[in-house]
Amino acid sequence: MPLNSKIPAGQMAQKWTDYKDHCKLVNPANKRNIEVIIVGTGLAGASAAASLGEMGYKVKAFCFQDSARRAHSIAAQGGINAAKNYQNDGDSTFRLFYDTIKGGDYRAREANVHRLAEVSANIIDQCVAQGVPFAREYGGLLSNRSFGGTQVQRTFYAAGQTGQQLLIGAYQALERQIALGNVTMYDRHEMLDIVKIDGKARGIIARDLVSGKLERHFGHAVLLASGGYGNVFYLSTNAMGSNVTAAWKAHKKGAYFGNPCYTQIHPTCIPVSGDHQSKLTLMSESLRNDGRIWVPKKQNDTRKAKDIPEDERDYYLERRYPAFGNLVPRDVASRAAKERCDAGYGVGTSKQAVFLDFAAAIERYGRIECNKQGDHNPALDKAITLGKEVVKEKYGNLFDMYEKITGENPYEMPMRIYPAVHYTMGGIWVDYELMTTVPGLYALGEANFSDHGANRLGASALMQGLADGYFVIPYTIGNYLADDIRTKAIPTDHPEFVKAEQEVADRINKLMSIQGTESVESMHKRLGKIMWEKCGMARNAKGLQEAITEIQALRKEFWSNVRIPGSADGMNTELDKANRVADFIELGELMCKDALNREESCGGHFREESQTDEGEAKRDDEKFMYVSAWEYKDISNWELHKEALDYEIMHPTQRSYK
Amino acid sequence: MEHYNMNLTLKVWRQKNAQDKGGFETYQVKDISSEMSFLEMFDVLNEQLINEGKEPITFDHDCREGICGACSMHINGQAHGPWAQTTTCQLHMRAYKDGDTIVVEPWRAKAFPVIKDLMVDRRAFDRIIQAGGYISVDTGNAQDANNLPINKDKADESFAAAACIGCGACVASCKNSSAMLFLSAKVAHLALLPQGEPERMSRVTNMVDQMDKEGFGSCTNTEACEAECPKGISVQNIRRLNSEYIRSVFSGDDK
Repeated sequence: MPLNSKIPAGQMAQKWTDYKDHCKLVNPANKRNIEVIIVGTGLAGASAAASLGEMGYKVKAFCFQDSARRAHSIAAQGGINAAKNYQNDGDSTFRLFYDTIKGGDYRAREANVHRLAEVSANIIDQCVAQGVPFAREYGGLLSNRSFGGTQVQRTFYAAGQTGQQLLIGAYQALERQIALGNVTMYDRHEMLDIVKIDGKARGIIARDLVSGKLERHFGHAVLLASGGYGNVFYLSTNAMGSNVTAAWKAHKKGAYFGNPCYTQIHPTCIPVSGDHQSKLTLMSESLRNDGRIWVPKKQNDTRKAKDIPEDERDYYLERRYPAFGNLVPRDVASRAAKERCDAGYGVGTSKQAVFLDFAAAIERYGRIECNKQGDHNPALDKAITLGKEVVKEKYGNLFDMYEKITGENPYEMPMRIYPAVHYTMGGIWVDYELMTTVPGLYALGEANFSDHGANRLGASALMQGLADGYFVIPYTIGNYLADDIRTKAIPTDHPEFVKAEQEVADRINKLMSIQGTESVESMHKRLGKIMWEKCGMARNAKGLQEAITEIQALRKEFWSNVRIPGSADGMNTELDKANRVADFIELGELMCKDALNREESCGGHFREESQTDEGEAKRDDEKFMYVSAWEYKDISNWELHKEALDYEIMHPTQRSYK
Repeated sequence: MEHYNMNLTLKVWRQKNAQDKGGFETYQVKDISSEMSFLEMFDVLNEQLINEGKEPITFDHDCREGICGACSMHINGQAHGPWAQTTTCQLHMRAYKDGDTIVVEPWRAKAFPVIKDLMVDRRAFDRIIQAGGYISVDTGNAQDANNLPINKDKADESFAAAACIGCGACVASCKNSSAMLFLSAKVAHLALLPQGEPERMSRVTNMVDQMDKEGFGSCTNTEACEAECPKGISVQNIRRLNSEYIRSVFSGDDK
């Protein structure tokens, strides 16, 4: 099937307006008869469920957590971008568009990104109206800070808990619709298959994780807002339950998977401390507003940070990228950290860490506070004491979290940080309307591939999730459902529902009957190790080929030797994990295949064979200026479709932050 | 920071389902690193149980960075264990020493029935929010955000209340199983903002009515909730709730 991205004609800045003016509408009476299923209740899912409920659709929302409020969007720390130009620093819709395309290393679709930049300002308005308590200045107006890959201050935030506050806003809007009866909530439910009837998505099979029963749910359309797949690496900043299962089931039922190899490795995470590690914790990118990153100039330097004099420190980001300094994009900062550690300059016991140092910022803020008090020549101690208070107000929760995990006080000594898997730019391929290659099946938020190209800029995930849910899908879904108003709800005893449920039941029975010797967790760790070592921050053809062979072997082992205790009749968290890990294994193979195919470096995808003399990612626009959209054929068998990226506005160049 | 290993005795509540009576089981774990989180210690125990062919312990957890509010263990009689302002997932094993015995139970409250082992049903909280814990604004044409300046101190206070993660530690710590801290945090979050003004009266009474229906107990001001709250939500919010409630009941309008 040829890919049709359905990008509207016309001027870039007019496309979305024109689309909205001309897309089909569903009248209120018909909306009441149309059912929409939404899987996932993070920023994208909750905002979509609330908005579609408000519009009058009958919505069913599903999440695997015990409450919609716990979706992993809650953990986003630093902020949300919007082209408000409140700081009068030259920001505009165009600049946000420009920064996002460039930050994505020219691998995103222009029309989608422009729309994202256009609606960004509406998101802030909407959230404030809902009562989201963003940080404010003393004048009562909203405060902003900087994030990587930009030279303006366009990031809105609520301390280090921006995701929490935005999600609670969307969750409350969703709960209001539940109370009104417009949305029915299914918590502790996991989607285990898509049901297609006459080629269209018409429902899902879900497992009630408490009773263990399989359920059939009909919908005129199905929206996947199920998040990203970073947990394929086992260790990531994702929540323990974050998984690819809903997206993967959709993929196996005909939804193409876009750019699976594009993974974001976030530069500032707390390093791994041992084999027991179950997850990694992010230290927000906002810390790079004030923290300076450095390593000793001497290899294998074992001195404590405070014993290393200023002139023996290498502030390598400031040295290599003077224009952006510590605020280079994530992919650049991560590779630079790896480069220093690989070259023997790493710090800490593992030597797989660099310093993130707040001493200079503490002193600088302290002097400003002293000035405010009229003390223009303060003692250093006084400045430091006051400076710590300022830093505490800005980043207190992050500093506390660091101390709880490491036992070290970051006000007194620099943090030790190292890159970790954080986000996946790849995802289900969608067109301009967020529809997948299966009619009636949509993907929103991190679950789709659409807006971040090969590298996402900080504070843009929250923006995209809410843009998709609040401002895009409410329009685009009508354009599809307007032709579906005559479709009556399909009874769930339809043969396709029966068949889909049977397949899910068979798979669960198969998993339960293996009764092998190795736990799900153990196999997940093994998958993660293969992925991190061979499809992580640096990739090469030989390693990727090896990884594919190893993953195929692991898949066979999983299906013959996994051990799941208990039964499927009731709550069984090991069975839940097994269902997810089985899908991660299949996805891992596709990621390696995609990384192998893309013989260029771009954004977060770094092929060692393709780098500049200075070790920067080197794109090959001649050969790879396309989105890879993989069609599932059979186990280990995919067909590659290419969506060419045509840049009307931007002129792709070698990305430079120097 | 010096790291060390320890052997521990764990007494963990096991309960097959909501109908089962349940009881404690005793387990030994060895070579636990002081660098592990409390839940990673549970991962080790579960791996051990699976290898022995037994069912692992079921417990709620997700983000493991102290923000989702899923984790909910009552550890040696304290919600989320011994560290102040810390969720179970952020508690680390350096809080314990070799030879310690640790007793782990689920949240205990009538409104939070046990689902299995340490996992409880906290949907009563969602229903309290459904009763009014929101501002009724549909998606669409909100005015420009900076058209509504808000006093910074008020905004900060509102944010501090909105930091509640809905974990239920307040209920589990209260001898009456009261949900007043949770409820008051939401009422305060919204009452402190001008956006919350139009529904201020009806919100508080509707939410309190729902809380009573769910079977939570009354507040007798012991302040155990604040002491155990992992996010440091202040009991000042309860005072605010009380005054909001009285104002609503006696003013008579907007009911």
